[in-house]
Amino acid sequence: MAVLRRDLLLAARRPGEWLQPLAFFVLVTVLFPLAVDPEASRLRQLAPAALWVTLLLASLLALDFLFREDRRDGTLEQYVLSGQSFTALLLAKTTAHWLLTGLPVVLVGPLAAISLGAPLQSLPGIFFALVLGSVSLSLIGAIGAGLTLGVRGSGALLSLLVLPLVMPVLVFGARATQFAMAGDDFAAPLYLLAAMGVLSLTLAPLAAAAAVRISLE
Amino acid sequence: MNWVWFHRFGSPPYFYRFAGRWAPWFLGIASVLAAIGLYGGLVVAPTDYYQSDVFRIMYVHVPSAYLMMMTYCWMAGAAAVGLIWRIKVAHAVAAACAPAGVVFAGCALLTGMIWGQPTWGTYWAWDPRLVSSLFMLFFFLGYIALRGAIEDRDRADRSSAVLAIVGVVNVPIVHYSVVWWNSLHQGPTLMRSDGPAMPMSMAWPLLVMLAAYTFYFLAIMLLRARAEVLRRERGGAWLREELVRLELRS
Repeated sequence: MAVLRRDLLLAARRPGEWLQPLAFFVLVTVLFPLAVDPEASRLRQLAPAALWVTLLLASLLALDFLFREDRRDGTLEQYVLSGQSFTALLLAKTTAHWLLTGLPVVLVGPLAAISLGAPLQSLPGIFFALVLGSVSLSLIGAIGAGLTLGVRGSGALLSLLVLPLVMPVLVFGARATQFAMAGDDFAAPLYLLAAMGVLSLTLAPLAAAAAVRISLE
Repeated sequence: MNWVWFHRFGSPPYFYRFAGRWAPWFLGIASVLAAIGLYGGLVVAPTDYYQSDVFRIMYVHVPSAYLMMMTYCWMAGAAAVGLIWRIKVAHAVAAACAPAGVVFAGCALLTGMIWGQPTWGTYWAWDPRLVSSLFMLFFFLGYIALRGAIEDRDRADRSSAVLAIVGVVNVPIVHYSVVWWNSLHQGPTLMRSDGPAMPMSMAWPLLVMLAAYTFYFLAIMLLRARAEVLRRERGGAWLREELVRLELRS
């Protein structure tokens, strides 16, 4: 908990960092209507894809901030040496990271969906899909961030490692959004998203802790 | 059961000599089996009623796809052994699997596409089996890229091992994708509990080809791992002795 509080406090004093992924998300969703013919029906067809691809890219961008500062000033090493469960500490760090970069995007997501032509009654479904999806994205992404910690030019490498792993999140998230927009029952893809969230909540911190520990040695 | 014979593989000199001795044999067995399998598949096996001669690409496609998964399992298994027991040779084996995996995955996708054009009417369909195989190719590439990006060899070994183990989630997805989803790709026809869903005259060359590919993989893996051990152990005393002995013999 103390780690969670510390991370949030640090971020509050440096708003530039966690605002970047949010600004990126908004800007890229705005780009889609400009690039495609902004006719409402065509835009609506494209909306789930645009929303989820942008979410994926924004979360990749945000991963860069997850461990960078703490590695530079040696905080991560202190965590390893502290004798507490490193997995739990990383889970706290990832939670803080999700609150800072995932949650704002999730809150803005429905607005972006409206701008892409999603009907108002589809917003709860889109919102829940974004919540569940972004949790998995942060947790799985932490593994990739841990593996590429301190590697020079890690940006492209990170996307090569993380994107194949998060492909199911994209598939089911976009499917849930599509169903919600069509007014269908979107429970099934949402359940699968939730299952992936639980799976990554239990296993990803273990893998991320192993990855970070190896990278620090 | 006595596991000493297995432990010996952890010693670089033993592994180096073992790989040097057996790799040519495996390569030889693989070429003989491939010759038999290809003759059986291309000449002896009867022409399919629906697909005519197009189905014959299966004799290279199925073994490639099967070996793609087997290679990944080998890589992840060796990586896990290396990570848990800190055995350097295991890391060398895992590193040797990745390029072979890229080749097998590439062959499986390529032959699948060549077969898909006349049969499905399209080279590529966004089908679960195809996409998950493509992602397996990306896993191999990511593994190689991560290994190449980290300069410290020990760290490269262990970081890429974590990646290989995490990527295991994709193996059941590839295998069961045709069962879980309503897929364009056909379901399992060879490895079924009630026997292959094709006549034996068509199945036996396929089984021979599977064996040939497996031996080929073992040979390539051993040769690559041997080279990797050689690179890691340069300057080792046993290696100098080994080279002196080679010198004396020639």
